[in-house]
Amino acid sequence: MATGTNKGTPLVEMRDISIAFGGVQAVDHVTVDLYPGEVVGLLGHNGAGKSTLIKCLSGAYQQDSGEIFVNGEKATINNPRDARGYNIETIYQTLALADNLDAASNLFLGRELTTPFGFVDDSKMEAETRKIMGRLNSNFRKFNVPVSALSGGQRQSVAISRAVYFNARILIMDEPTAALGPQETQMVAELIDELKRQGLGIFLIDHDVHQVKRLCDRASVMKNGQLVGTVNVDDVTEDDLLAMIILGKKPEELAA
Amino acid sequence: MTDAATPSAPAQKKNIFSLLEIDTRLLGMIGAFAVLSIGFDLITDGRFLTPRNIFNLTIQTVSVAIMATGMVFIIVTRHIDLSVGSLLATCSAIMAMTQTVLTPDMLGLGLNHPLTAPIAIVIGLVAGTAIGAFHGWLVGYLTIPAFIVTLGGLLVWRNVAWYLTNGQTIGPLDETFLLFGGINGTLGVTWSWIVGIVATVIAIAALFNARRGKLAHDFPVKPLWAEAMLGTIIAVVILGFVALLNAYEVPTPRLERMFEARGEVMPEGYTAGYGVPYSVLILLVVAVVMTLIARRTRLGRYIFATGGNPDAAELSGINTRLLTVKVFAIMGALCAVSAVVASARLSFHSNDIGTLDELRVIAAAVIGGTALSGGIGTIHGAILGALIMQSLQSGMAMVGVDAPFQNIVVGAVLVFAVLVDIIYRRRTGAA
Ligand SMILES: Nc1ncnc2c1ncn2[C@@H]1O[C@H](COP(=O)(O)OP(=O)(O)OP(=O)(O)O)[C@@H](O)[C@H]1O
Ligand SMILES: [Mg+2]
Repeated sequence: MATGTNKGTPLVEMRDISIAFGGVQAVDHVTVDLYPGEVVGLLGHNGAGKSTLIKCLSGAYQQDSGEIFVNGEKATINNPRDARGYNIETIYQTLALADNLDAASNLFLGRELTTPFGFVDDSKMEAETRKIMGRLNSNFRKFNVPVSALSGGQRQSVAISRAVYFNARILIMDEPTAALGPQETQMVAELIDELKRQGLGIFLIDHDVHQVKRLCDRASVMKNGQLVGTVNVDDVTEDDLLAMIILGKKPEELAA
Repeated sequence: MTDAATPSAPAQKKNIFSLLEIDTRLLGMIGAFAVLSIGFDLITDGRFLTPRNIFNLTIQTVSVAIMATGMVFIIVTRHIDLSVGSLLATCSAIMAMTQTVLTPDMLGLGLNHPLTAPIAIVIGLVAGTAIGAFHGWLVGYLTIPAFIVTLGGLLVWRNVAWYLTNGQTIGPLDETFLLFGGINGTLGVTWSWIVGIVATVIAIAALFNARRGKLAHDFPVKPLWAEAMLGTIIAVVILGFVALLNAYEVPTPRLERMFEARGEVMPEGYTAGYGVPYSVLILLVVAVVMTLIARRTRLGRYIFATGGNPDAAELSGINTRLLTVKVFAIMGALCAVSAVVASARLSFHSNDIGTLDELRVIAAAVIGGTALSGGIGTIHGAILGALIMQSLQSGMAMVGVDAPFQNIVVGAVLVFAVLVDIIYRRRTGAA
């Protein structure tokens, strides 16, 4: 465990999580935790098991063994709906948008606003979408076209607004800036800082070590499905992090 | 249609259509339909566009059109249903046996007892829905591809129908039941006008309501004149259709028999139009309900989301397996509705009822703009697709094209329509 300044109950604790696909042990007895107002980076080479680990938290997969605690209480997360019940929102690496629907339909997918007669209230949803977009990406204008007509960055802002709109307490971002230009990347970075100030806990998966050092409080590094270790980013250098990712060794082990 | 227009016309045209927010693909289909109808009318010396032929064309289209609306949902969710024709036959057989054996012999109600038709229809609907749901369960929960499940269904249900009736033609059917077949059950002139006017009022009210909703949120709206023009077009189409069906007059001998049956004598020079058939009314109700489901309900939203990106739908907490069951159950229910219309039109249940309907239904949906890759399709498009297919078939029959050539043309048109669609989508950048 890291020697952090965090006290009290963590927002999320994933204890001893394992999951295998056929013969591949994608996640192997990994334990990570997350406190309110904290950003924890998840690092590791391609195929290390980062996405798989957080998918157990977002309800997309179910772990073979291990337990998840939210606010200190054991949580049962069998599907994405359960995760939403715990105020866990996820921005997936693949964005998970329905390309044929517009921004508002995507933002509210699975949680549509309805009229008193039970019909979906498209005008209301569009109005809400315009509001949140005004805050997150005021350049966004394409409200009435399918999201397939949007750029990577615009699609990203739809995915992010979906997570932010529903008052997430726990936010999972799987490579949120992978498809973005420098300006949009900056925008996402500012958003992460802002959400952190509001007291959200954020798991951030990112390959950019520099960005992780700048945005995260702690970093958990994975290799071949196993946890290499968790460190305070201020206690280590970028090279230390890279060594953890590539060699799978903690700084103290290397120094020793 | 102003095809040969002045150079400035295209820009102008585009402006008007985009202002009216009519999708150009729909317009293309209406154009194709118009060209087809006028072409056949010219070749047949004006026999194609008579009230009589339009009436017949309409009632011939109903059965396939009803199922095509369900096929839209199936194809939008990236499935296919090859069993609809056979399922129609099974539902038809069940309803025919209910009327001719179950209610008279077991419940002691005569063939033309007022309860016979409702009982038969309810049993047919329940059977169709259950069979459809079963298909959906096999596809959604057991993850057998829909192509295989319904290919099996094609064989199974055709022969279940055979087994239920011992391969015999079952008739005559209940009189009330026959009212849903088309010519034997129409609203008459007065009621047709009433229904037409009510439908017009509702449609215009819906337009107005949508506009108010947008204004309430300060969204851009069409200019008022565009809205008025759209309303006028809708009114002209609905009322024009009613006028046409009303213009088809009941033959005098038939009218005389109707008066005779009531113990009256027909007044000299009395005439009456058929008006809107009940079967067409059923299609309209199905069309409105299916459009509402597609556009205004969560179910519809989930159907399209799942078709667009099944993973995203799943990750958004949508139960896509249950959704598959629902979509196939709707398809099954619509097969039962079509079975009522089809067997009532024939006035008996025959062994080969609905044969090849699966191909007509899929073709109608696809010509109507439903993309086989999923996520895209409209209810009105599918109905228009069914109408185009039926016009082509009837028109060629009227012209005297040999049967094999008719089918060759229909097949070629299907492939050509999809090619045009692909080119259109590529040009407009739609996925
Ligand atoms: N649905 C699945 N079925 C089978 N194997 C899977 C599945 N999902 C992931 N895996 C395997 O599990 C391992 C971990 O994959 P995961 O997607 O978690 O990696 P990652 O750390 O997110 O990599 P990246 O940085 O490339 O996104 C890989 O070996 C991958 O092939
Ligand atoms: Mg990943």
